[in-house]
Amino acid sequence: MMRLQEMPLLSVEGLSRYYGERVGCRDVSFEVYPGEVLAIVGESGSGKTTLLNCISTRLEPSTGSVSYRMRDGAMRDLYRMSEAERRLLMRTDWGFVHQNPADGLRMTVSAGANVGERLMAVGERHYGRIRDTATHWLSRVEIAEDRIDDQPRAFSGGMRQRLQIARNLVTGPRLVFMDEPTGGLDVSVQARLLDLLRGLVNDLGLAAIVVTHDLAVARLLSHRMIVMKDGRVVEEGLTDRVLDDPQAPYTQLLVSSILQV
Amino acid sequence: MAVRARALSKTFCMHLQGGLELPVVDGAAFEVRAGECVVLGGPSGAGKSSILKMLYGNYAASSGEILIRHGGELVDLVAASPRLVLAIRRETLGYVSQFLRTVPRVAAVDVVAEPLVLRGANTAVARERASEMLDRLNLPQRLWQLPPATFSGGEQQRVNIARGFITDHPVLLLDEPTASLDAANRRIVIELIAEKKAKGVAQIGIFHDEEVREAVADRIIDVRGFAPARAA
Amino acid sequence: MSAAAALGEDLATYNFAYLDEQTKRMIRRAILKAIAIPGYQVPFASREMPMPYGWGTGGVQVTASIIGPQDVLKVIDQGADDTTNAVSIRAFFQKVASVAVTTKTREATIIQTRHRIPEEKLQAGQVLVYQVPIPEPLRFLEPRETETRKMHALEEYGLMHVKLYEDIARHGHIATTYAYPVLVAGRYVMDPSPTPKFDNPKMDMSDALQLFGAGREKRIYAIPPHTRVVSLDFEDHPFEIQTFDEPCALCGAEGVYLDEVILDDRGGRMFVCSDTDHCEDRRAAGHRGRLSPDEAYAGHGQVQEDTGR
Repeated sequence: MMRLQEMPLLSVEGLSRYYGERVGCRDVSFEVYPGEVLAIVGESGSGKTTLLNCISTRLEPSTGSVSYRMRDGAMRDLYRMSEAERRLLMRTDWGFVHQNPADGLRMTVSAGANVGERLMAVGERHYGRIRDTATHWLSRVEIAEDRIDDQPRAFSGGMRQRLQIARNLVTGPRLVFMDEPTGGLDVSVQARLLDLLRGLVNDLGLAAIVVTHDLAVARLLSHRMIVMKDGRVVEEGLTDRVLDDPQAPYTQLLVSSILQV
Repeated sequence: MAVRARALSKTFCMHLQGGLELPVVDGAAFEVRAGECVVLGGPSGAGKSSILKMLYGNYAASSGEILIRHGGELVDLVAASPRLVLAIRRETLGYVSQFLRTVPRVAAVDVVAEPLVLRGANTAVARERASEMLDRLNLPQRLWQLPPATFSGGEQQRVNIARGFITDHPVLLLDEPTASLDAANRRIVIELIAEKKAKGVAQIGIFHDEEVREAVADRIIDVRGFAPARAA
Repeated sequence: MSAAAALGEDLATYNFAYLDEQTKRMIRRAILKAIAIPGYQVPFASREMPMPYGWGTGGVQVTASIIGPQDVLKVIDQGADDTTNAVSIRAFFQKVASVAVTTKTREATIIQTRHRIPEEKLQAGQVLVYQVPIPEPLRFLEPRETETRKMHALEEYGLMHVKLYEDIARHGHIATTYAYPVLVAGRYVMDPSPTPKFDNPKMDMSDALQLFGAGREKRIYAIPPHTRVVSLDFEDHPFEIQTFDEPCALCGAEGVYLDEVILDDRGGRMFVCSDTDHCEDRRAAGHRGRLSPDEAYAGHGQVQEDTGR
C-alpha cells in the first residue's frame, strides 16, 4: 500500500470559473502533496485569486472538481460534501491566511481568544488549557506572552499577520492557503514573516498553497510554482527551474521585470 | 555508473527578443562513475555552467536525457516530475553552488544543518555535524549563531561549502567551490573532495583554479566538444 | 358623554386582544414552530403596535396571540408589577381583551415579563412570555445575520465561548451577569433575554411553557416544559449564579434576587426583593426584614393605579 505521503492531498481537475462571459480561470489542473508548498503567481487579474477561492471552497467552480484527502485517507470531492463538513474542514484541517489580517482576525477580541477560537469551536471547554495553548502559539509566532489579552487593533501589521498565522495553525491543519501573506508589509517585516512561515512549514510538515505576485516570496517559500495569465496556467514546474530558466514568454517577461538587488 | 548524460542539448528561446534562439549546448554525452571526480573544462561561455545546472534540474534540457541512479533505479532527470526532482535532490544529488541564497535570520549553523534535517536527521545531531564542518572550514565560532547575510564573501562561501558537503549524497555537483577562498581553505576543500571520492561519491565540478583542478580531477571533459554549430 | 365616545360604544372598537385574527394565526404558527424546535429563532411578521419598540412589542404580540377571555394575566417589569411598563401593558390587555389581571404569580395563567422570572416556582399550564430586545446570542461577535443563521444551522458555537473566554481573561471570572447564553435541549444556543443569570436555573426543566418575543427583530422562540436548559461555561470556570450578602431588607428572604434601593444622598441604601409579589406574600405571612416598617408600609408594592390623585 502506498504511504499517504506519496498520495496527493489536494487534487484539482479541469477547474474553470466564469463570471458570466468573463473568464476567472480556465481548465486548471494540479495536485498538492503532503508537506509541499505550491506557489501560484501572476499579476492582478490573472485569475490566481479566483483559483484560490475555488480550491478553498470559498467560490463554487463553474466546472471541474477539487478533491481533498481526508484524515481517514479517503479522497472526497469538496463540492459534494455537505456545507457542515466543508466548514468543519476549514476550521480544523485547513488554514486560510488572508492578505489583510483584519479579514482573518476578530479585531475586537483579545489575541488569546483569537488563537483559542478554533479550539473552542472543536469543543475544548477548559479555559486554562486554551490559554496555555494560546500562549504557546503566540511565542511560536514571536508575539510576547504579555500581549495575550491585547486586541489585534493595538498590534502592528506584522504582528497582526503573525497572530493570524497562529490562529490558523492552532488546530494542527494539514493544508494552509495563503493569499499574498506578505502583501502590504514593510520589507524588513516581510523578511521576518517569510522566515517564520518557512520554519513553520518545515517543522510542521504543512502543505501550503501560496498566492503571490512577488516572485521572491515564491522562491523563498515554495517547492513548485504555477504561473497564471488571463485565467490560464502558462507554466508550471520546480520553483527554481521556473525562475532561473523560464520557458513561457509571459514567465520570461515576469522574471525579467524583477528589480535585481 | 552514477550519472550518464546522452545527447543533452540546451537552447534558450528568448521570447522577449522576438523568439531569438540561443543554443548553448548540443549533444553532450558523458558518464560519471561512483568514486570518480570529473571536471568540466573549457573556456568561459562554453556551456559548463549550463550543463551543471541541467544536471541539477535547475535548467530544463531542450532534448536528451540525464540518467541518475536514484534509490537503486536509473531515473531520467530530464523527464522527471518536479516532485521526483525534489526527491532526487533530497536523497541523491547534492549541489555546492557559488552563491548562497541566504534566508534572513537563520543562523549559519542551521543553514549548514538544514539538508540533514530535511532528510530526517535529529536537529541536535545535525547541528553537531554542522559545527564540525564549520570548524573544519575555519569559520570563527562567534559567527556560527549569526545569519550569514552579513558575512564576507569568503565566509559565506565556507558556510555554503559546509552545507554542500555535510550530506552523504551519492552524487555531488561542485560549482566553483574554491573561488575566493584562501589557500588554506582551498586545501580543505580538496581534502573534502578526496574524502567524498573515497566514500564512492560521484562528483562533477567546475573549477577555474588550475591547482585545485589538478588536485581533484580524475578526468576532464572538454565541453567544447558539445558546442553548438553557430550559424555564421 | 361626547358624541365620539357614544359612537365608540356602538361600533366594534378593537378586535379581541388588539391583533386581527389572521395576524394571531400567523404568530401562533410561529409559536408552534418555536415550541417544536426548542431554542430556534422563528422569524415572524412583527406588527406595528401602539407602543414604541423596546417597550415589549414582541412580548405583547405573543401574549395577544395566546390570550383568551378566561386567562388571568400578570405583567412584571424587572420583577415588579407596579412599574410603568408593567402597568401600561396590563392596562392595554384589560382594555383590548377585558381579561382578568393579577399580581399573584400563582393565580396567573399568562405572565408577561421584562427581565425577570418570578421567584415562585411556575406550574404546569402557566405560560411565561418574555420581552426580548436582541434575540441573537451570537450578535455580539458576529454582526452578519446570514453568518449567524448558518452558525446556528451547523451548530458552530465556538464563538459563544470566545465571549466567555474574554470575560475570564479580562475580569478573572465570567462577568456576564445577564442575558447569559444557554444551550437549549442540547441543540440551539439561546439568549434568555436580559434576565439576570440568577434566573437561568429556573428555565431548566420548568413545568411552565416559556415563550420569547422580539418585536423589532421579528423573532419568536420557545422553551417547552421539561426542557433541558444549560448555561454555557468552562470546566475550570463553571457557571455560578449571583449571591447576596444580606437578606431582603423588607421580608428577610434569602436566596432570591435583590434590587438595590438608594435611601438618601448620604450613602444609605437597602437591598429588597426584585419580585414584589414574592416580597409581599412573605410579609403577609409575617416575615420581616432589617428595615421593614410596621403597618405603615403594609401596602408597599400593591398595584396602585390611582396614585396621581
